[in-house]
Amino acid sequence: MPGHPAAAAGPVLIAEDIHKRFGDLTVLRGVTLSAAAGEVIAVIGSSGSGKSTLLRCLNFLEIPDRGRIVVDGEEFPVPTGRAGGLTGAERRRIVRLRSKLGMVFQGFNLWAHLTVAQNVAEGPVRVLKRGKAAAREEAMALLEKVGLEDKYDSYPAQLSGGQQQRVAIARALAMRPKVLLFDEPTSSLDPELVGEVLRVMRDLAREGRTMIVVTHEMGFAREASDRTIFLHRGRIEEEGPPAELFGAPKSARLRQFLFSSM
Amino acid sequence: MLDLWITYGDRLIDGAVITVRLVALACMIGLVLAVPLALARRSDRRWVSVPAYLYIYFFRGTPLIVQLALLYYGLAQFEAVREGPLWIVLGDAEYCGLLGLSLNTAAYVAEILRGGIAAVPKGEVEAADACGMPRAAVYRRIVLPRAIRIAWPAYGNEVILLLKGSALVSTITVYDLMGETRSVFSRGYDDAVYLYAAALYLILALAVTGAFRLGERRMNRYLRAAG
Repeated sequence: MPGHPAAAAGPVLIAEDIHKRFGDLTVLRGVTLSAAAGEVIAVIGSSGSGKSTLLRCLNFLEIPDRGRIVVDGEEFPVPTGRAGGLTGAERRRIVRLRSKLGMVFQGFNLWAHLTVAQNVAEGPVRVLKRGKAAAREEAMALLEKVGLEDKYDSYPAQLSGGQQQRVAIARALAMRPKVLLFDEPTSSLDPELVGEVLRVMRDLAREGRTMIVVTHEMGFAREASDRTIFLHRGRIEEEGPPAELFGAPKSARLRQFLFSSM
Repeated sequence: MLDLWITYGDRLIDGAVITVRLVALACMIGLVLAVPLALARRSDRRWVSVPAYLYIYFFRGTPLIVQLALLYYGLAQFEAVREGPLWIVLGDAEYCGLLGLSLNTAAYVAEILRGGIAAVPKGEVEAADACGMPRAAVYRRIVLPRAIRIAWPAYGNEVILLLKGSALVSTITVYDLMGETRSVFSRGYDDAVYLYAAALYLILALAVTGAFRLGERRMNRYLRAAG
């Protein structure tokens, strides 16, 4: 859907020809995708299709074997990481790329020894070099936005899964990322807690945030995404507006996948 | 038995003060040394990890009493050492004892810390990486604070062992609690002095345990779910 006005400004994120293998197992066989500003992309596919790996390749949590990442016009070549590990310059470039992309994990991954407000303020203080007081104020505003204004000083262990994931979303937002990456954000939640997280994500989509969401929630992909990508065995098998993908799937594999996940 | 305490109690207390000072300082120095040791031990670069491994292997693999003897008596054999600037430390029994205890406990604490670091949930480290924290910040803000909390009980145990192990500095003529005890014993061969020594060590161990429990309660607030 080219409905977003900002889309004309060119893609915020381009990933080109991403390849990744773990030992003998080839996970990604040349995936290319780009996200326009404000676009919400849902990535679906059966487990083992490489969708989480693809997302993790975008911020070099996994270093792709081959490919090219461009964020906001800035080129991030794949670090080669020869024998002695990454060079200092490569490390700095990775850190820079990551600071432009926010990530929300399946397992929340909040820092257990820090309070909720500290979790959200930590990145801005350490990475964006913001003052502590300012960062805390922003953290509070973001927590209010995700509906957790009464939990500033709680520790993650004192929250439900849904609340923890909302903190994690606030933490990602605090970095003012160009793109938000979601790695199956509702997969480890109890069914009754999925709704509160999806609601926050829908709000973000409506605000015009650029998001790439790996998900098993077909309802979210269908209703909240501008474009859905179906990944199969490390390749993009089919992509397009969700109405088309869900309404009239072209490939047999997608039909099969949709059939089995309904 | 009581008159033994009246006559020599002061000396035992003096010895206990030296023991406390030695153990407290050795703990601090040991911890400071242990952090880089543990990190080096985990390094992918062999020229960093192998020396750390050898250091830990040596200090855990030989008796403390031997290490102290090597430091105090062994090194004094070399004229270069006696003439050198390090003699200020190596020529003094108490400094030498402190050095020995520190180097020894550093090896143990490094291993404890390494275990703690390995037990930090991978996802929390990844989350720090993912928001673009530089490596050093990830360690300083996330990995080490988490590792220390995880390793805390084991570390408390090591401090107790260090407290008791510190008695060995008496073999290099330090008048710590054990040194004073042995000296008092040699005067009248009254076994009761060892009973007093045991009681004092127990009190010290109790204090250490209490301090660690207090620390644990403070530090591990984050684990307690809301009631």
